[in-house]
Amino acid sequence: MNANLKRPAPALEYLTTKKDELVGWARKFSLFPYPFVTACCAMEFMSVSSTLYDTDRFGAALPRFTPRQSDLLMVVGTVTHKQAPILRKVYDQMCEPKWVIAFGVCATSGGFYQNYAALPGIDKIIPVDVYIPGCPPRPEMVIDGIMQLQDKIARSKHPIVNDRF
Amino acid sequence: MARPDAETMREQVAGDGRETTVSHGTVVVELAPAAFLATAQELKSRHGFDLLLDVTAVDWPEREPRFDVVWHFYSTRHFLRVRVRTRVSAADPVVDSLSALYGSAGFMERECHDMYGIRFRGNDDLRPILLYEGFEGHPLRKDYPKRREQPLVPYRK
Repeated sequence: MNANLKRPAPALEYLTTKKDELVGWARKFSLFPYPFVTACCAMEFMSVSSTLYDTDRFGAALPRFTPRQSDLLMVVGTVTHKQAPILRKVYDQMCEPKWVIAFGVCATSGGFYQNYAALPGIDKIIPVDVYIPGCPPRPEMVIDGIMQLQDKIARSKHPIVNDRF
Repeated sequence: MARPDAETMREQVAGDGRETTVSHGTVVVELAPAAFLATAQELKSRHGFDLLLDVTAVDWPEREPRFDVVWHFYSTRHFLRVRVRTRVSAADPVVDSLSALYGSAGFMERECHDMYGIRFRGNDDLRPILLYEGFEGHPLRKDYPKRREQPLVPYRK
């Protein structure tokens, strides 16, 4: 009896995996990015999201300019200590589920900035799912990063009702 | 009226204990801190240097007095630049403010105060402009540790 309470019935377990697959499939194609764009990587961001490279293909097309409507935070460029509280607030305002891409080497690790002003990587203050290095990254690297994030979303669990389902 | 060239301007500005040279077409004036405000007034009213381009400082850690404070002015009438330089000590890094003469001086003096800790007598608003409240020290001084961070958001883990 207790064993039954701890583990769901096999049928339910099967359903859960199928549910995760379905929800993951839906979520990975409907990423709404919030561009937190601070520096020169913005040029590369524009290039990768416009016609030639077209992130629309991955469902990551429509930037939402409020964190409350977005589920992918793209931190594009250098973040300074002075700006860190803003980034933290933006991240906190986003609804679950949410993912973070560190776009470019400055957001990843601070890059060549090691001084009083620059935050040495945004993962010091918020969790990051995908790091895209490069100064700036090639569009192909960004697309690869988005695809890796999609894989990650597709493989993850997607609890909707509680931890079990 | 013919426009004066840099050498003519240098001769006009010289005197009153000011050392003047011409460097790369820029008139360079070196003077004592006490003489600065009067000189700036004269540069503006008599010689037509109506644009304040920059206020900055140079740190010479081994030298006494330790800091150079440097101003650049431009004359939109004569198309000439002048660089005014004075020396102040680390113990009392105070010079006169130009905020009464040039509106743009306020922000640049705040930046110079942020980065080098130079105080400007007569500028009451030396709040941080590029740095933030609570930042300790002056990062462009040579003795500020290169890797010292003062994060506003506590780090994770």
